[in-house]
Order: sequence, then structure tokens, then C-alpha cells
Amino acid sequence: MMNPAHPAAAAPVAAPAHGHDDHAHPATQRFILGIFDDEDVLMEACEKVLATGTKIYEVFSPYPIHGIDDVLGIKRTRLPIAAFMFGCCGLSLALFLQIYMLWSDWPMIIGGKPHYAFPAFVPVSFELTVLCTAFGMVITFLTVSGLRPKLKVQVMDRRSTDDKFVLAIEQTAKTSLPDLTRLLRANGASEVNEKEISKK
Amino acid sequence: MSSHTSPLRTPLVTGGKTYHDVTHDIARHVENPPNLRWLAALTVSLLFVGIFMYSLYRTLWFGIGEWGLNKTVDWGWDITNFVWWVGIGHAGTLISAVLLLFRQKWRSSINRAAEAMTIFAVICAAMFPVIHMGRPWLAYWFLPFQNTFGSLWVNFNSPLLWDVFAISTYFSVSLVFWYLGLIPDFATIRDRAKGPIAKRAYALLSFNWTGSAKHWSRYEYVSLILAGISTPLVLSVHTIVSMDFATSVIPGWHTTIFPPYFVAGAIFSGFAMVLTLMIITRETFKLKDYITLEHIESMNIIITVTGSIVGVAYITEFFIAWYSQVPAEQYCFINRATGPYWWAYASMMTCNVVSPQLFWFRSLRRNVVFTFILSIFVNIGMWFERFVIIVTSLHRDYIPSSWVMYSPTWVEVGIFTGTMGIFMTAFLLFAKFFPVINMFEVKAILKSSSEPGVFPKRKPSDTAAPVRQAVSPPAGAGVNYDKEQ
Repeated sequence: MMNPAHPAAAAPVAAPAHGHDDHAHPATQRFILGIFDDEDVLMEACEKVLATGTKIYEVFSPYPIHGIDDVLGIKRTRLPIAAFMFGCCGLSLALFLQIYMLWSDWPMIIGGKPHYAFPAFVPVSFELTVLCTAFGMVITFLTVSGLRPKLKVQVMDRRSTDDKFVLAIEQTAKTSLPDLTRLLRANGASEVNEKEISKK
Repeated sequence: MSSHTSPLRTPLVTGGKTYHDVTHDIARHVENPPNLRWLAALTVSLLFVGIFMYSLYRTLWFGIGEWGLNKTVDWGWDITNFVWWVGIGHAGTLISAVLLLFRQKWRSSINRAAEAMTIFAVICAAMFPVIHMGRPWLAYWFLPFQNTFGSLWVNFNSPLLWDVFAISTYFSVSLVFWYLGLIPDFATIRDRAKGPIAKRAYALLSFNWTGSAKHWSRYEYVSLILAGISTPLVLSVHTIVSMDFATSVIPGWHTTIFPPYFVAGAIFSGFAMVLTLMIITRETFKLKDYITLEHIESMNIIITVTGSIVGVAYITEFFIAWYSQVPAEQYCFINRATGPYWWAYASMMTCNVVSPQLFWFRSLRRNVVFTFILSIFVNIGMWFERFVIIVTSLHRDYIPSSWVMYSPTWVEVGIFTGTMGIFMTAFLLFAKFFPVINMFEVKAILKSSSEPGVFPKRKPSDTAAPVRQAVSPPAGAGVNYDKEQ
């Protein structure tokens, strides 16, 4: 174990009563975490958990697990569409700049070429398209995913960026801890822990 | 499912690593205090930065007259170095973008350092056109600002302006791509960090990354699209650099072969530099299980291919000069090979065309010491290629009365060696504070590409039918582009 001092790693599930006082602490969310050592085991466990009608809050993994989107029902992101739109903006901006500057605002004859020398505009148009696509898409991705520099980061289990795969289920009034623990254990969880994190 | 390992392919990660071993082996270099060798290397690099600063001071204070340039040869070491450094940068993007699109798994262990190399090389490259302006404080004239003399704009017909857009786009997009790849690894280091400063610093750097499935799903799309747009971008950059030459009417420059020839040369020299750096890194950081002989061999094969393309381009240039029946063009090429700069031409031919052919021998491809020496040869050869193209074309132009020779002054040499110092300083700082190998990508390929028997058979229901098929994902949904085994 990498970080034995960590509370989440050390505290096993204690009493089932915890899940019922959700409304008493609206500032925090309580989770039950199934810790897995292998992505395939985790993926099967996800299916089994979902089959019982339990909602999965989120899955955390050290690297992307291919195919888990289908299991968890994560919708295909629309970022490619956003990227395309940003690309169109970049292209329009570049063409506008060049045509406006060299044709409309201050026409000059350069090397006997026409003011609107389209072939010569291709490189800059291409570069600005790429620039706007890349920056627009990445900034959109960071914004919609809530990724921004923060001094303190709340993580479910610190080992999920190292070698553990974490299946997080939010505890509600209906959650039965022993049942869930048994379910996760039966499906290959190496540990089942509880975690309380404060809402943003 | 747990043992995806192919019995046919050579493993890309050796030494029976687990996920935690990967984290530990790579993150420990960030966590441990710097060792003496690192400090010594940094000192030497900073010494070269000092040389750069002094040469730069001479150039800016006394002007371009400090250089050996003259009326005939107005591009010398400055533009040679510019093209050389930009070319070196290309390998990083090629590894991270093109090899991602081609699903080459061996890129995972080397892409991080190669991309870092790209960024530092482009920084070094971009300095030369700016310094070479003579009055770098007017560099903003290259941007489409309305200037104070009226509304005269920049000339969008000029390849030199295309260069400004190409290099700045290339630099910033590479930086974004590189940083995006670093975010999950910074999160790993953040979650392992002990000290309060390291905890906070890596928390800031990791952008609140938690590794949730939803983020990963988007992340992969973003990486894929960035790779998709970086691929034409990297080709466009050296194409545009070559157009600085190809659109002129100088003999030896005015050729349509330049764009593909320059791009191949760029990849050639870039891979040589990646090899030089990675061989040092794998030795000093003991990362032989991640950067294996397999990786070195793959890169050597690319060097042989691109080196051969470059060789064909050299021969084609000669043929076309003869075939064109233009006397100036024909003389230019004869002068290149037999004129006063024959030694530069001979170095170029030996290092770029002859030496990479030795990699047809498997034993040499897999010999680390030989590869290291040869990678330096290729770098020297590619520097001479640019020198030959620039100086031999210029020094004997259309008017024999203005024929001259060119040799650099110590200031030019100082600036060039100084940029090497800047490059090495940046790379050493990177190697100390950033994970040099992409941890999450290596972990992602670990199951399929490590040595057989490392991962145990699945534990809970070994005999159960694959449940995932039963759930039947909705048609056309999901990220699956890299799943095939």
C-alpha cells in the first residue's frame, strides 16, 4: 500500500447508520468507495452494481479505461463540435484580417500580385484555424470539466491516481451499507471504504 | 481479459512492472533531492547561458556588425541555427501526434520528453529571427498592428510573415498539448507529495484533476483532436520555413522539392536529438525498463527512412539543376560539392546520407553506444545541411564581382552554443521537476505491452462469460478508438 497514513485507506466501513443522516449535513456528501486493483474487474463490478439499480456517482482511475463510457452511460462529448466551430471562427478571422488589410483598408501592389492573392493567404489562414481550434477546445474542456488551478484538491482516494481504480457510490437515505459492501466485495473490490467530502 | 499480452510482440515495458512501480520509478526523480550529477550538468548549462547572454549583449549593443555577415552573405549561422532548432522540434510533435494517430504504442514512454524537447527547441529557434532583425525591440512590427506611420499593414504575401504565424502557433499549440498530457501526471505527483510546498505547487499544476471517468472520456477526445490538428501543423511549419527559401530567386533555393525535403530532414534531425536525450535520460534516471532497446530500434528505423528521403532529395536537387539547364543553378550545385565549402558539403553527405544506412544492420540498431554516437553525427550533419543550403547559395551569387567567403565571428558561435545551454538548462529543469515519462499512458499500455505473466488472471469470476458484451453498448457511442488489441 502506497499511503497507509491516509484516512480513507485505513478506515473500513463501520456502521450502517451513517447513510441515513444525509439531510443533517447538507454541506458534505458521503460516499462508499469500492477500491479495485484491475480495470476489468472494476468494469464488471460497475455492471453488477448498476444491475442492482444502484447509481454510480463516479469512477476514478489512473488512466482512461476504454469502454467504461458505455457501461456508465457517459454521453459522447460534444467537444469535437466545439472544436470545429472554433476552427471555423479562426478561419473566418484569418480570412477577414487578410482580405480587409490588404484589399480593403490599404491596398498595395506587392510583387505584381493582385490585392486578393488567395494562395498567399492559405498559410496564415491555416495557422490561425489550428490556433483557434486548439485553444478554444482546450479552454472549453477545462471550463466544462471544472479543471482549474486550486491549492487544495479533494480526492476520493489518493491512490486512484497511482494504481487503484475507485468506484464511488453516493450514500442516500435508501443506501444499505452492508448490502453495498457485500456487493462490491463479491465483485472483486479489494477494499470498501467510506468517504465524506465537503460540497463545493 | 486480464492477460492481453501478445505472445508475438516484444514487450514495451520490461522488468515486470506493476502500476505502482511505474508511478514510483518515474515520480521518485521528481520527489528526491537533485543529485550531484544533475547539479553539475545544470552548472555547465548555465555557463553556456552566460556565454549566450554575453554574445547577445555584444550583438544588441554594437549591432549585427559583430557578426561575420556581409553584403553578399546576409544569412549565416543565425538562420542556419534557426532552421536547425525548428527541425529538431518536429520529432516531439511527430511522436506525440502522428504516432498517436497511427496507434504506435511505443510512443508512450518517449512522448513526454520529446514534446518538452520540441518546446525548448522552438524557444531556441524563435530567438534567432528576432536577434537577426538587428533591432529586436521592433519585432512587434511583424504582427498585424496598425502602425504609427499610417494604416500600413504587414505583408501577408511574405513567407517571412507566414513564419511568424507558423512558429508562434506551433509553439503555443505544442505547449498546450504538452501541458494537457502533464495534468494527470501532476495529479499523481500531487497525491504522493509529502512536503507542503510540493503539495500546493503540484495541486496548482494539476488543475484539480481527479481522474474521473467523465473527465477521461473528454480528455481522450481532446487529445485525439489535438493530435489530429497538430499533424498537419507540424508539416506546415517546416513547409513554411522551407518557403522562406523556396519562394526566393536564389539559385539552390528556388526549388519545389523544398517542403517535403525540409519536413523529412526535420523529422530526421529531431529523432536524432530525441535519441541523444533519451539515451542520456534512460542511463542517468535508470529507466531502461521503460525506454527499451525496442524504442531505440524503432527510432533508428525512422532515422533510416527519413535519412534516405533526405538522401534522395539531395540527389534530386542535383538532377534537377542539370535538367533545368539554368547555368546559375548548375554552377551553384557544382560549387556546393567542389567549391570552397566542399568540406561542409562532404560532412553533410557523410553524416546524413551514409551514416544512417548503417542502421540496416540490426545489431547496430540495437547498440546503444553506437546509436548515441550516430545520433550526434546526424545532428551535426543536419546542421551542415542548413549551412550548405544557406551559405553556398549566397556566397557566389549572380554577380561574380560580389563573390565572397563567410565565416562566423566568436559572437555568432557564442550565441549558437549559448542556445544549447538554454536548451539543456530547460531540459534539466524539466527532468527534475516534471515526470519525464508519461506515467498514465505507460500504465494504460502496461497490460497489453509488458512482459507476459506480470498481470495475474482475473480474480473474481475467471470462468464467467464476458459480461460486457451482454450489456451491449449503444451503437456508435463511446470512445473506443484505441481499444483494439
